[in-house]
Amino acid sequence: MEQTQYELNKGLAQMLKGGVIMDVTTPEQAKIAEEAGACAVMALERIPADIRAAGGVSRMSDPKMIRGIQEAVSIPVMAKCRIGHFVEAQILQAIEIDYIDESEVLSPADDVYHIDKTAFQVPFVCGARDLGEALRRISEGAAMIRTKGEPGTGDVVQAVRHMRKMNAQIRQLVSMKKDELFEAAKQLQVPYELALYVHEKGKLPVVNFAAGGVATPADAALMMQLGAEGVFVGSGIFKSGNPAKRAAAIVQAVTNYTDAALIARLSEDLGEAMVGINPDEIKLIMEERGL
Amino acid sequence: MNIGVLALQGAFIEHERILTKLGAVCTEVRQPSDLHGLDGIVLPGGESTVQGQLLQKSGLLAPLRELVTDGLPTLATCAGLILLAQKIRDSSVTHLGTLPVTVKRNAYGRQLSSFVTLESVRGIGSYPMIFIRAPYVERTARNVEVLAEVNGNIVAVKYGNQIGLSFHPELSENLKIHEWFLSLCAKREKYF
Repeated sequence: MEQTQYELNKGLAQMLKGGVIMDVTTPEQAKIAEEAGACAVMALERIPADIRAAGGVSRMSDPKMIRGIQEAVSIPVMAKCRIGHFVEAQILQAIEIDYIDESEVLSPADDVYHIDKTAFQVPFVCGARDLGEALRRISEGAAMIRTKGEPGTGDVVQAVRHMRKMNAQIRQLVSMKKDELFEAAKQLQVPYELALYVHEKGKLPVVNFAAGGVATPADAALMMQLGAEGVFVGSGIFKSGNPAKRAAAIVQAVTNYTDAALIARLSEDLGEAMVGINPDEIKLIMEERGL
Repeated sequence: MNIGVLALQGAFIEHERILTKLGAVCTEVRQPSDLHGLDGIVLPGGESTVQGQLLQKSGLLAPLRELVTDGLPTLATCAGLILLAQKIRDSSVTHLGTLPVTVKRNAYGRQLSSFVTLESVRGIGSYPMIFIRAPYVERTARNVEVLAEVNGNIVAVKYGNQIGLSFHPELSENLKIHEWFLSLCAKREKYF
């Protein structure tokens, strides 16, 4: 991938900032998401909560289903491929997807290597639990990062943990003397140049969203106040009582994430929230996939 | 100078970074009360459908439209251009509708067709234009000044104090467009 293309791909993520990216499984859901103010949609056959329930191997979605969603909306459309499955990524690039999520939500196809994302023209977003994972994905060519959280649970605790950890590690790098960065890079298992970038700029070189377990306007605002630049909402919307209303409320909460009075109003009468499961109750821990 | 930056969604921090570097004070605009005492306003890149809906829900639409119509200097980039346009092709929706042009959304196609090119902007000179899922202007009223074209498509216009751009000066290191915009804001100040 040319440097110019990488800059354009990082630039698209910058345009998504302050927005909400919603998981959708049908063109109808995609339209509801767009009308509620989603800045992009993630097209997938099953939302994470259902992937969890179904068990078995989960793979890239049917390209025809993804195309249907591309035709239904004018906002960017993302889709997931399995970790390390570069052919699924090639397919998604061939249908001109706007962003590929190399995602731990699907079953990993490779338990050692991630996709060489520098070999692609389309941008990639990848999940990370800490700064090391984030910078490794960026060195592989990711143009956007999101926390992993624990998808499909409706429990925000892991997303909070991942965002706090990443930001704490960024602050540590910033406060280091320059000659300490070589060892820090070694400890984090990341290229020195990326450690140096974080040391100098105090942020990741790409946009960083929150993902995994966000279910309410308050969850979304919490992630924004913790430093997320936008939010992915997966199962939380279409597993709830009133998806359109909840989606719109989460969008406004992300824009006005410090306005508690407004978020209070937005949180009224949203109907039933997604029934969550907490991490002690689940057998499959997706966040441990692809480190 | 106090420049408002519409902060509903998108790349507003990038604009603020440049404007602050040039000596302006920035106010993030999220609700009508943020509109007081502005010398200019920036409508940033992002997703126009999202920004358009939030303009309405926040109650910003009518007061912002009034300010722009009254001549508040306005720099609109990408999604911002769509917010300003009087007509959006293949859509019955309009947002502020203060700029008499017809725009085509996602005019170049999906992300794979995003591109960078060095072209001339009238009054500015050669400028690195970054197009990301960008719109372009299909038609303009006669009194709209065309500032730049790329491959025969209009990508920069000026109408009164409104500047509409298809591309993203906020992602560029070149500060000339923001400098020019601030000079427009300074000129207008004198009338008050």
